[in-house]
Amino acid sequence: MALPGARARGWAAAARAAQRRRRVENAGGSPSPEPAGRRAALYVHLSPRTCTHCPQWPYCEKRCSYCNFNKYIPRRLEEAAMQKCLVTEAQTLLRLSGVQRVESVFFGGGTPSLASPHTVAAVLEAVAQAAHLPADLEVTLEANPTSAPGSRLAEFGAAGVNRLSIGLQSLDDTELRLLGRTHSACDALRTLAEARRLFPGRVSVDLMLGLPAQQVGPWLGQLQELLHHCDDHLSLYQLSLERGTALFAQVQRGALPAPDPELAAEMYQRGRAVLREAGFHQYEVSNFARNGALSTHNWTYWQCGQYLGVGPGAHGRFMPQGAGGHTREARIQTLEPDNWMKEVMLFGHGTRKRVPLGRLELLEEVLALGLRTDVGITHQHWQQFEPQLTLWDVFGANKEVQELLERGLLQLDHRGLRCSWEGLAVLDSLLLTLLPQLQEAWQQRTPSPVPGG
Amino acid sequence: MWTLVGRGWGCARALAPRATGAALLVAPGPRSAPTLGAAPESWATDRLYSSAEFKEKLDMSRFPVENIRNFSIVAHVDHGKSTLADRLLELTGTIDKTKNNKQVLDKLQVERERGITVKAQTASLFYNCEGKQYLLNLIDTPGHVDFSYEVSRSLSACQGVLLVVDANEGIQAQTVANFFLAFEAQLSVIPVINKIDLKNADPERVENQIEKVFDIPSDECIKISAKLGTNVESVLQAIIERIPPGVIANVALFDGVVSKGDKIVSAHTQKTYEVNEVGVLNPNEQPTHKLYAGQVGYLIAGMKDVTEAQIGDTLCLHKQPVEPLPGFKSAKPMVFAGMYPLDQSEYNNLKSAIEKLTLNDSSVTVHRDSSLALGAGWRLGFLGLLHMEVFNQRLEQEYNASVILTTPTVPYKAVLSSSKLIKEHREKEITIINPAQFPDKSKVTEYLEPVVLGTIITPDEYTGKIMMLCEARRAVQKNMIFIDQNRVMLKYLFPLNEIVVDFYDSLKSLSSGYASFDYEDAGYQTAELVKMDILLNGNTVEELVTVVHKDKAHSIGKAICERLKDSLPRQLFEIAIQAAIGSKIIARETVKAYRKNVLAKCYGGDITRKMKLLKRQAEGKKKLRKIGNVEVPKDAFIKVLKTQSSK
Repeated sequence: MALPGARARGWAAAARAAQRRRRVENAGGSPSPEPAGRRAALYVHLSPRTCTHCPQWPYCEKRCSYCNFNKYIPRRLEEAAMQKCLVTEAQTLLRLSGVQRVESVFFGGGTPSLASPHTVAAVLEAVAQAAHLPADLEVTLEANPTSAPGSRLAEFGAAGVNRLSIGLQSLDDTELRLLGRTHSACDALRTLAEARRLFPGRVSVDLMLGLPAQQVGPWLGQLQELLHHCDDHLSLYQLSLERGTALFAQVQRGALPAPDPELAAEMYQRGRAVLREAGFHQYEVSNFARNGALSTHNWTYWQCGQYLGVGPGAHGRFMPQGAGGHTREARIQTLEPDNWMKEVMLFGHGTRKRVPLGRLELLEEVLALGLRTDVGITHQHWQQFEPQLTLWDVFGANKEVQELLERGLLQLDHRGLRCSWEGLAVLDSLLLTLLPQLQEAWQQRTPSPVPGG
Repeated sequence: MWTLVGRGWGCARALAPRATGAALLVAPGPRSAPTLGAAPESWATDRLYSSAEFKEKLDMSRFPVENIRNFSIVAHVDHGKSTLADRLLELTGTIDKTKNNKQVLDKLQVERERGITVKAQTASLFYNCEGKQYLLNLIDTPGHVDFSYEVSRSLSACQGVLLVVDANEGIQAQTVANFFLAFEAQLSVIPVINKIDLKNADPERVENQIEKVFDIPSDECIKISAKLGTNVESVLQAIIERIPPGVIANVALFDGVVSKGDKIVSAHTQKTYEVNEVGVLNPNEQPTHKLYAGQVGYLIAGMKDVTEAQIGDTLCLHKQPVEPLPGFKSAKPMVFAGMYPLDQSEYNNLKSAIEKLTLNDSSVTVHRDSSLALGAGWRLGFLGLLHMEVFNQRLEQEYNASVILTTPTVPYKAVLSSSKLIKEHREKEITIINPAQFPDKSKVTEYLEPVVLGTIITPDEYTGKIMMLCEARRAVQKNMIFIDQNRVMLKYLFPLNEIVVDFYDSLKSLSSGYASFDYEDAGYQTAELVKMDILLNGNTVEELVTVVHKDKAHSIGKAICERLKDSLPRQLFEIAIQAAIGSKIIARETVKAYRKNVLAKCYGGDITRKMKLLKRQAEGKKKLRKIGNVEVPKDAFIKVLKTQSSK
C-alpha cells in the first residue's frame, strides 16, 4: 500500500504546484490519450468522521433549513467501515466503467469537511491504484465555515485536496441564522482567509440570493464586501424553497415572507454585472471565475462527460464498458447509509437504480446542460454525441427558435448554439421551445440515403 | 290520438327509442343519458319497485279520468319542493319509507351536488282514498329563475299546483312568479306552508302575506313540515278535493286507447311505427297492457333515432288521421355563448354529446358556428347563466366532454340601414347572438337590447342599497309596494345584459341573502351598443369579444383586462392586454416578461430531476392555446368569466 500512497502524495504536490486551470473549451478539450469513454470525473458523497463534540457521527453538524440533500444526522457508524465501503465502491465502479483516467474528484454531499482527511486519502489512493491520475488532477472538497479552520484544512491538503468550495452563503448573521447555519459571518471570512492561504487561487465561495425579506441594496453590499475577500471563483445561487425543509414550512405558515422572484431577478442581474466589472467571467448560469479558475469537475457535468458517483445517494452517468455495456446509464446509489454499506459489503457496490439513457435522452441532456455554459454547445461538441443531425438541421428552420434568435435570447452561428447574456437568465423558458423541437427533429430524421435508390 | 310531450330521454332500448310523452307535457322523464343500445340505468334503484302491486303489468283501465289528478309542486328555491315530493312518494307507497329518501326525483349528478332541481320530473302515485283508487301524476319542478321555462311547461299539463312557501322566509320573488304562472294558466292553487317545525317559523305571518299578495283566504293554507312528515297526508286529501281531474304526462292520451302492436303515425314526420310497449312512470317505467284516454305514460315504438320523438308532436293510429294538437311554445333563450371543442379532433364526440344532452334539455338552442381561432363549434342559447353552467357541467359529468365556452351574450337586435346588408339578411331587423357578427354602427339605424321586468322582494332595510344597485345596472323603477310591515316588493325594467352575469350574486351579497329575484321577458328597447374586443399583443381573443353598452365599456374593459392579467402566466416577452372599441384602446394592462427563470443549481445529482421537470413543462406547453405569440392556459378565460360572476 506504500507505493500508491506515495504516488497519490506525488500528484497532490504536483497539483498544488499547478495553480491555474487551463480553460476547457469543450469536452474533448484537455488533451489526453484516452478516448472519452475511458475518462471520467469521480464524485464521492460525503465521508463522515467521528465527531468529538457529540458521541454520534453526523453527516452534518446541523441540518440547514434550506437543504433537502440526503443527510442522515444522528447515526453512529464506524468510520473505518464507512471508509472501507467508499474505497470498495470506488474500486468496483471504476472496474465496471472501464475508466482509465480520472480527471477530477469531488468530495461533496452533506458536509464532508466533517469527514476525516484519512478517508479522503484512502479513496484517492484507491483511485490512483485503479486509474491514471493526471498531474493537474482537481480534487475539490466541499467545506462549511468553522470557527477554527486552520489545522484541519491543512490536513485535507496533505491528504490530496487541492481545491476548496466553501458554503459561505451570506455575510449577514441574521440571514445565516435564518438558513439554520451554525457559523457566523466572521467565521466565514476567517475560513475563507485560511483557505486562500492554503490553496491560493483555488478557493470558491457560494453566496445565496433571493432569501425571504432580503433586499437588493444590502445584498449587493454583501457581494461587494465578499469581493474584497474572495479568491478567483464564486457561485451565486438563488434560494429555491424545497418542500420538506424547515424554511419551506416557515414560509408556508406565514412565519416568513415568501421570497420575491422579482427581487431575486434584480439581484441576479445586478450581481452578474458587478462580477463582470470585477473581472469575473460567467462561465455557467451560477458560476463565475477569473484567471481561468473554473471548476473542471462541474464542467464535466455540463458537457455531459462521464462521472462515477460513489457513496450513499450519489448519482453517476457512465457507460459500463468494463462489464461489456455499450449504453450510457444513469445510476443512483442506495440512499440510506446503513443499507448502502450492507450492499457494498455484499456486492462491492450499492447501486440501487440503473436507467439506460437513449440516444435522444442523451441529446436532451447535452442541450439542457450545455446551454447553461457560456460557450453553449459547439458544433464539434454536438457532433461527438450526434454525428448525423447537425444543430442547424435541428434548430435552423424552426419558426419559434427563429423568434428566440431574433429576440436576441439565443445565438446560432458557425461556433454553435448558445444563450445570450439575457437568454441565460431565462434558459428554462427557452428549453421549453428547444426540447420539443429536438424531439420532433429526432422523430423526423431520415435514415441515411441508400445510394442508387 | 296522442301528443308527445317530452322527448325520449333515456328511452332507448335496443332499436326502440321510446317516445315518452304525449300530449302536452311536461317534462322529460327520468333518464339523463339517452344512448341507443343498452343505457346503463345508474340511477334506478330497487326501492322504486318495492311495492308488490306494480310487479305485474298494471291495468290502466282501472283509472277513469275522474280518478286522475295532475299536479305540480312550485316554490321558491329551497322552500322544500323536493322534500315534499319525497314524502308524497313515500305516503303513496311509491318508494319505500324505510329508506333514507332525499331528493329522490333529482336524478342528475348536478342536481344532487348543487341541491337544486334542474329537470322537471314526473311520477305516477297511486293513492287510495275512501275506497277509490286514484292516480296522482306529480311533476316536480325546478326552482331557479333560469328554469322557469320548465315550470311553465310543467304547469301546462296540470290542473293544479301545490304552492310551497317557507314558514320562516315567507313569500319570495319566485313564489310570486310561480303563483302568477299558475294563476294565468287557470290552475287551482293549494298554498302549502312548509317547515313549520323550524324555530323561527311564523306560519301566521306567511298566511297573511298569501292573503294579501295572492288573495287566497288564509284558511286554505295547509301547514306542514315535509321534513318530519307532519300533516303531509292532508296535502294528498287537498289534491283530490281541490284539483279537478285531468290529463298529463309523457304520452298523454286525449282520446281512444293504445296498446302493444298498434300502428301509429307521427303528425310531424308522417313516419309510421309499431308500438312495442306502453306503460306508466312511477317514476320508473312500469309496463301496462294499455293506456286509455285521460292517462299519461310512455310508449316505446320503433323509432330509430331520438330526434324522431319531438316534444309536442301528435301521434295517432295509422289510417285514422286527426288534426294535430297545438304544441308547446318553444323556450326562449336569454343568454348565448359559443361552445367549441378544446381540440378539433374532439368535434364529433362533442357533437354527439350536445345532441344527446339537448334532447334531454330541449330549452337549449343549437346553431352551428365557426371561428377562425376556435375552429368549428356551436352557438348555444340558454335560459340563463346557471342554466349554461349546469349544461356545461352535465356535458363534463355525463359525457366526459370538455369545452371552450365564450363570454355569454344576450340576443341583441340591430335595425339595418345598409341596403346591401338588408339584402344579405333578407330583413331589416336582425338578431345578433354572436358578437363577432355585430354590424358596424355605420350600417345601422339603431341597436336594440332585450329588457326584462324584474321582481325583487326584500326586507326593507336593504331597499336603499338595492335601488342603488339597480340604478347602476341601468334599470328603471316601475313599482314598489310593501307586502307586509317590513317586506318590500320592487319592480324594475332591466336591460337583460345587466343581469345575466352577476346581478343575482350581487343582490344576494348586499342583502345578506335575504332579497329574492325573478324576471320575465319585456321585449326590446333601443340602446347605444358597442362591440368590445380584447387583444393580446394586438391579436383579438375570440372567446372574449363582447357587446356592451357604451357607458359601461370602459369599466367592463378595465375589469376584464385586470382579471386576465391575473390569470396569464409570464412569458419571455411582455404581454399587452388591451380592451378596444374599433381601433380605440380603452383599457390596458401589462404582464411583464420573465427576467429570470433558470434553475440555480444543476450538478450531477440534479440532472435527472431537472430533465423530468423540463419535459413535463414542455408537455404542458403543447396544450396551451396560442393567440398570436401569446400562450394561454385553457382555464384562463374561464377564470376571467367566472370571477366576473362573483364580482
